Amino acid sequence: MKAKIHVTLKQGILDPQGKAIEHALDSLGFKNAANVRVGKYMELDLEEKDKAKAEVEVKAMCEKLLANTIIEEYRYELGG
Amino acid sequence: MKIGVVVFPGSNCDHDCEHVFKDVLGQYVEMIWHKETLLAGLDAIVIPGGFSYGDYLRTGAIARFSPVMGAVKEFAQKGGLVIGICNGFQILLEAGLLPGAMLRNRSLHFICKDVHVRVENAATPFTNACHPGQVLKIPIAHADGNYYTDPVTLAGLKANAQVVFRYCDADGRVTPEANPNGSLDNIAGIRNAEGNVLGLMPHPERCAESVLGNEDGKLIFLSMLESLKKNKKPLKMVEA
Repeated sequence: MKAKIHVTLKQGILDPQGKAIEHALDSLGFKNAANVRVGKYMELDLEEKDKAKAEVEVKAMCEKLLANTIIEEYRYELGG
Repeated sequence: MKIGVVVFPGSNCDHDCEHVFKDVLGQYVEMIWHKETLLAGLDAIVIPGGFSYGDYLRTGAIARFSPVMGAVKEFAQKGGLVIGICNGFQILLEAGLLPGAMLRNRSLHFICKDVHVRVENAATPFTNACHPGQVLKIPIAHADGNYYTDPVTLAGLKANAQVVFRYCDADGRVTPEANPNGSLDNIAGIRNAEGNVLGLMPHPERCAESVLGNEDGKLIFLSMLESLKKNKKPLKMVEA
């Protein structure tokens, strides 16, 4: 099973990279773009056929290592 | 005194810390490879600066799971002195030995320059050689030093005098302009509630001898030695 994991800074926490990109987009004429948030994307293969068990495992990975929940939030998709 | 300096893959200030404690201050220093799991007979532990594990994922995120960190945690719980400098501070945060987290610098730049910090609490094992409010000039060198914590934790840090250093100007004024990286409340260094674990972003080991033109950093290491001398007794055991 493949897990696709996204980690971003929590809403309300200043994302300086997002701000810089937002300014760059603005200066390129993309006036409709707002609230740019930069994050990390990770994917991994899990030796697990049971989706519920896979979910428990991926959640544990996110909580323990992949995200720092003081400043970051995560979401994931399981499939394949 | 016997000082342990932890070495992770990617540490690069470990030898500077060793040099200060050994050659400048005449102490015995043991370099501790991160694979070690037993720390015997040490009086204090230094988690040095650098780029442990290449800063992959987040600064300190992988180093905190190194085998040695279990022993460091145990040492800290028994009341042993632990100082984390720069990446060492980031590792202590990730390990939960200190509260909060580091964000990328507000400017997105890696900043390497002298800054001023004000001693907010001079009654700690790391600052007893300083006077309250003393301004120290110490260099920083980091990309992720923008300290963050939630409002409740911040209030707790302030109430317990756990904020040990704040970024300030040369006259000791804590201003937004004197904040190099965007740190919450100009925080440059904090201690844990028990007071035996300190993390700070500036590098005192880079300004601890006269030949370098600045000895301000030495005060922090002298404070540690002074405190160890005063309290030289077997560490109390942690209740199970």
